[in-house]
Amino acid sequence: MARKKKIGNTVAYIVLIVMSVIWLFPFVALVLQSFRGESGGMVNYLVPKQWSWANYRFLFGSGSKFLKWYSNTLIIALFVALFQTLVVICVSYALSRMRFKGRRALMNIWLVLGMFPGFLTMICLYFLLKQLGLTEAGAVPGLILISVASSGMGYYVCKGYFDTIPKALDEAAILDGATRAQILIKMIIPMSKPIIIYTALVAFMAPWCDYIFASYVAFGYESGYNVAVAMTRWVWTNDYQGYFTRFCAGGILVAIPVTILFMCLQRYYVEGVTGGSVKG
Amino acid sequence: MEANNKQRGAVGRFFHWLGGDLKDIGLTFAQGDWKTKLSFLIMGFGQLLRGQYVRGVAMLALQTLCNWFVFGFGWPYFSKLLTLGTVATHKVNRVTVYGDNSFLILLYGLLTIVVILLLLLLWRINLRQNKEAEGILARGKKLPSNYSDLHSLVDKNFDKTLLALPVLGIFVFTVLPIIFMICIAFTNYDANHQPPANLFTWVGLNNFKELFGIGGSSNFGGTFFYVLGWTLVWAFFATFLTYFLGMAVAILINKKGIKLKKLWRTILVMTIAVPQFVSLLSVGKMFASDGLVNADLLKWGWIQTAIPFWDNATYARILIIVINLWIGIPYTMLIVTGLLMNIPAELYESARIDGANPFQTFRKITLPYMLFVTGPFLLTQFIGNLDNFNVIFLLNRGRPQSMSLSNNAGATDLLVTWLYKMTINDSNYKIAAVIGIMVFVVTAVISLIVYNAMPSVKDEEGFQ
Repeated sequence: MARKKKIGNTVAYIVLIVMSVIWLFPFVALVLQSFRGESGGMVNYLVPKQWSWANYRFLFGSGSKFLKWYSNTLIIALFVALFQTLVVICVSYALSRMRFKGRRALMNIWLVLGMFPGFLTMICLYFLLKQLGLTEAGAVPGLILISVASSGMGYYVCKGYFDTIPKALDEAAILDGATRAQILIKMIIPMSKPIIIYTALVAFMAPWCDYIFASYVAFGYESGYNVAVAMTRWVWTNDYQGYFTRFCAGGILVAIPVTILFMCLQRYYVEGVTGGSVKG
Repeated sequence: MEANNKQRGAVGRFFHWLGGDLKDIGLTFAQGDWKTKLSFLIMGFGQLLRGQYVRGVAMLALQTLCNWFVFGFGWPYFSKLLTLGTVATHKVNRVTVYGDNSFLILLYGLLTIVVILLLLLLWRINLRQNKEAEGILARGKKLPSNYSDLHSLVDKNFDKTLLALPVLGIFVFTVLPIIFMICIAFTNYDANHQPPANLFTWVGLNNFKELFGIGGSSNFGGTFFYVLGWTLVWAFFATFLTYFLGMAVAILINKKGIKLKKLWRTILVMTIAVPQFVSLLSVGKMFASDGLVNADLLKWGWIQTAIPFWDNATYARILIIVINLWIGIPYTMLIVTGLLMNIPAELYESARIDGANPFQTFRKITLPYMLFVTGPFLLTQFIGNLDNFNVIFLLNRGRPQSMSLSNNAGATDLLVTWLYKMTINDSNYKIAAVIGIMVFVVTAVISLIVYNAMPSVKDEEGFQ
């Protein structure tokens, strides 16, 4: 019996080690490529023959707008995280705690709206932003506006969490003379730390991957790019030979802070996705 | 038949309600005092004269704003809504003569309709407030003060304060654009009809006829069903393969006697944390014809010519599903790990005593429980995969394209990536709009069917 178990565990370890290698390989390759000194797009070896910081120096040099793109993305991510969280909390509280006419209808309409593909409305949104002067040079505030404006529909997870906070607490607070606003600010928000962190984390991470709208709104105006748009163009350009290792370096610089943040807040993320997606 | 009855019921109810409401409006006018009567014309008038300044000013301001919008701005667009403009911008003797712009007419025309509806609603609320105030005064009681009106916005009416901005934002940036695009599906807005130089106009159901193969020369209908088929196949595999393999990995890591559980999980979770454009672009490049994989296989002499991973439809499709496992397995594992621990240990214990082998316990205990709890999750995953733009687009942009497909569709294009290409590359907005509507229909139908068949909906008490 014990021997059978030992064999089983050995097999399990082998599987896990093989999986770890597969899962980590692309990232290791990315790091190694970013330090490659010799030019050329893809090469048939992994470890650089000549180690160099040249790719990183290029990113911070005057030849590229990498810092601008990076700060664009960071600004978008921070503002979206802040405002989106506020909007989601407001909507969730209203839908979870208050009973008003049209509440069901509102939730149903939003559910149906969510079934339309997001890119359908791209040209219309572009036009609306253009009217406000928020395209090309104004792409950064434009992207923040678009992300935040529709974020109210993503209330499910947060409302689900609010629903689990007993209503009796609200009633007690009302008896003590608290207003609804006071209940939200002084009671519900402090009790909902995990879900607020989850909401902010998801909102913060999304702009780093936003390629579609970002590329459309910036419309070829380089200073309005975010990192995803700029890096993707580097890979897809006809001259990607020269830019591939630079893409790797840029990708590493983008991935490191986001990954560290995610790993630190992973607990809240798991709590959010499990709580939100598997409520029967 | 039954549905028909139900529908008539709804319509009947609507007219019943409308009749009652009109009667109420008439009574409010007939029985009201002069302040109320004047409020029919100038909104908020009665409220102001009765000392309810907050309500009065708000109503008056809203009415002024709506009227200004409709008559000062929206009317010229609204009046051309039926034709979407007749005079294109053109040049007469080298002088530009500005004409209509179908895009603006449609967008602002729709907006004007909405503002008119809003004005009607406000007008009705305004009348109701007047009637209420009269009633309260007639009973010799005091009207709610301005302070209590304002105070209710953070208390009794706090929902209105909270929802005002989000609802406005969703309306302007989601609802209005969606209505606009639905309308576009019934026009001929494409690369040849770009206002202001070339106007577009209503064409009825022509675009949909073309989709279902009635009329039109291109193979649009055939391409659509080809792309739809792959979209469904992809969503199926992407959802269920990652689900079962992810569960298997979670069980493996949870296994008694496995050490460093946290380390294994952290390694896998890396793919969720790293932004997808970094991970997917680099993995995609790895499998390119000059990529690392091909280069190494050539170097080791395993193959003679590079394998066209991205240029062969079958290879590309399989590879995309496999790479998606790399992204999806950790995600499922994260969600499933916690749930697995919730399964009562006694169930496993008694199964073991009854002599069940691990596979039997999985099939009879673990799987039914997991399917029950994660039903909604699977549905959202499936819907999400139907619209999974990033994986397809960042890996190979829907390639390889084929001459037999119309509108530049490729073998791995999903409906959404096809829609994207049509908007960005071809400016074929009418067809993009049709596809968008079809995506909606597919999503809605699948959601309805699956949702109603889900065990956790049918039988809420199971496993409790």
